[in-house]
Amino acid sequence: MKTTKEISLGDIAARAEELRGENMTLNMGPSHPATHGVLRLSLELDGDTVVKCDPVIGYLHRGDEKIAENMTYNQFVPYTDRLDYLAPLANNVAYAIAVEKLAGLKMPERCEAIRVVCCEMARISSHLLGLGVYAMDTGAWTVFMYTFNEREKLYSLFEELTGARFTTSYTRIGGLTRDLPEGWLKKVEVFCDGVLKVIDDVDKLLTRNGIFLERTEGVAPISKELALAYGLTGPNLRASGVGFDLRKDKPYSGYEKYDFDVPVGTKGDCFDRYLVRMEEVRQSVRILRQACKSMPGGAWYAEDAKKIFLPPKAKIMTKMEELIQNFMIVTEGPQIPAGEVYFEAENPKGSLGFYVVSNGGGVPYRLRIRGPSFVSLSILPVIVPGNYLTDIASILGSLDFVMGECDR
Amino acid sequence: MEAAVLTDRFPRTQVLPAQDMPTYQVAGEDLLETVRFLRDAQGFDLLADLCGIDWKDRTPRFGVVIHLLSTTHKEYVRLHVGAVHDAVPSVSSLHPGANWHEREAFDMFGIRFDGHPDPRRILMWDAYPYHPLRKDFPLAGIEVPFPAADVAEVTGQSVKPAPMMGGPFVSPGGKMSEGEPSALDQSWNEEKPKA
Amino acid sequence: MGGCPNLRQTTMVKSDFGYNSKVEGEVIVTRADAVVNWVRSHSVWPMPMGLACCAIELMGAGGSRFDISRFGMEVMRFSPRQADCMIVAGTVTYKMAEVVRRIYDQMAEPKWVVAMGACASTGGMYRSYATLQGVDNIVPVDIYISGCPPRPEALLDGMMLLQEKIRQEGGSLKRTFRGRTVETKIVR
Repeated sequence: MKTTKEISLGDIAARAEELRGENMTLNMGPSHPATHGVLRLSLELDGDTVVKCDPVIGYLHRGDEKIAENMTYNQFVPYTDRLDYLAPLANNVAYAIAVEKLAGLKMPERCEAIRVVCCEMARISSHLLGLGVYAMDTGAWTVFMYTFNEREKLYSLFEELTGARFTTSYTRIGGLTRDLPEGWLKKVEVFCDGVLKVIDDVDKLLTRNGIFLERTEGVAPISKELALAYGLTGPNLRASGVGFDLRKDKPYSGYEKYDFDVPVGTKGDCFDRYLVRMEEVRQSVRILRQACKSMPGGAWYAEDAKKIFLPPKAKIMTKMEELIQNFMIVTEGPQIPAGEVYFEAENPKGSLGFYVVSNGGGVPYRLRIRGPSFVSLSILPVIVPGNYLTDIASILGSLDFVMGECDR
Repeated sequence: MEAAVLTDRFPRTQVLPAQDMPTYQVAGEDLLETVRFLRDAQGFDLLADLCGIDWKDRTPRFGVVIHLLSTTHKEYVRLHVGAVHDAVPSVSSLHPGANWHEREAFDMFGIRFDGHPDPRRILMWDAYPYHPLRKDFPLAGIEVPFPAADVAEVTGQSVKPAPMMGGPFVSPGGKMSEGEPSALDQSWNEEKPKA
Repeated sequence: MGGCPNLRQTTMVKSDFGYNSKVEGEVIVTRADAVVNWVRSHSVWPMPMGLACCAIELMGAGGSRFDISRFGMEVMRFSPRQADCMIVAGTVTYKMAEVVRRIYDQMAEPKWVVAMGACASTGGMYRSYATLQGVDNIVPVDIYISGCPPRPEALLDGMMLLQEKIRQEGGSLKRTFRGRTVETKIVR
């Protein structure tokens, strides 16, 4: 005998609710290969889809800002290296320019041109690693190997210039540590040719690659309004359609002399961010070639910066006045007048800002470091929910952050 | 943007002297309206930075410094706000990017942000009792129990102050000495031996 | 060592085992420990606890210029269950210290720890309220590598020292840490 059972729509809904179950809390912990450093993501998952994402940072908070209040301006330069440790020269330059602005110093042309060369090489270094690691996370191991190999060439150049492969500590308040070595610029030009070939290789491997496109196109688009609301800067902002580049719009250190374009994206998804970085490497090479060809001669430090920059060694060993100045500047620090300044530089990851408050003397009263990665990560709770768990690797790789800058 | 535009509209705002960008001292009650006006009417659409600062000897002791950037007019503006009773209105409703900056200012200084959706610590662990960037907090830190109880039990460790060895070795700041360095005790030298 | 017929015939193969196949046949006599240690030392699988800038040099050592693969160590296992050696590369903060300790506890014996760089060894130049002054406060460290960051060659030198240390280990693994000795016997 057949019996028919009557089910109402309410019963079906109740059953569906039962079947859905609970959301799973997953911790993508601080020690994870895809998070590029010590970032913890506290995720709530509904099956494979992320419902809530709460980034926990601070695992690399070393107390830089407090340390700065106890160090002279020159003693703090090695700490700036370790902020964005993929492009240390760019951080050195940003910090030096910020303090020099406060001191009211004007740098000679050679110093500015050398700083531009350093910044652009740091940009290439950072983007090469960013692209390599991004590709590695989406599965393309070869790209990582190619870009890392190219970075080794950069390391040799840095080592010849500054003495260290990275963590260079090359700038001082009022100038640089030393002048360019002989023949270094020619090596940079040779490097430029090589890096363009590698970028073309990476282009061939990734830009039309079906798997890469599937994993990055349309993933986590950031609209213009959202990017501006969250304070994103650098390639992340430009990929969302806002053509703001500090090198063009508020030029510093002689950037107005060079001819280059700024790539701006349209949709702001992960693929756009990848394309913007690729093109930025090409534009950096363009700037490098111009800077190397037109490197001016002359002084590489501010010669009128008494009490700030160390006098030349020849004079220190022979004249009394310079000897005393050297001693005072080294022990008591470069004397920066009272005041406050906020300077942002176009670092590879975004705008690195230094807010320096000085009460006179050689030690800052407050040094605030505005890390672009800190701001890039703050947008994660908004763009990650709705995507799959596997998309998180693409999103993190495309935002290109580094925890040293974020946590300081 | 002329200074008069802001001071006419918000009479309690004062112009502060600065060499690099227009700087204003804004009253806490006017802060939200000022930031809204700057964002909507004057085009300052990007919040570049928001940080706390400990003015040791002033009242109010803590301040918040906000830097706004206009991507269309390519200029910056700086706003100083005093934290009356250690509290400042939160601008995260106008600029969502301020959310994390305000959490950091709370973590480092203890400044409360009224209207903040998620006031927790961000850089130090949640149970940390102090606010590190205050001027009375030592660089080496103060001893507190380890953040994780099980690890503390196994290793027997706590958060200890870093060994300073008498450092950091910098002069306290202020003006540079004018004269050449000389011995503290001027009563004897190579010509006149010690008595 | 057996299997290769040509070696037996005419050549006197010079080897540090002092093994002459004509005399001893195809058999080596040694201590079990020596073989086990030899095998262990040549396939140390590191767990890169890459926290900060030293992680970049660690990755550089894994790259093609410095090639950690020649030592058998290119297999960077991010899972502690599958790793032998934890290379703590970078600054350990107090917030991160519990994570480092938990991951160390999850590693299977035998395990070793290498403190790479100044920050991991002693806290480095970060003498502040938030930095653990040396990772040896929470895990027992076998090798300290100095440098800020240490060049990849220095890292490889440290790993070679670790290999030597592994080769000299006795029949049981005895580790002393903060007054407590843990002894693990190798059961065969």
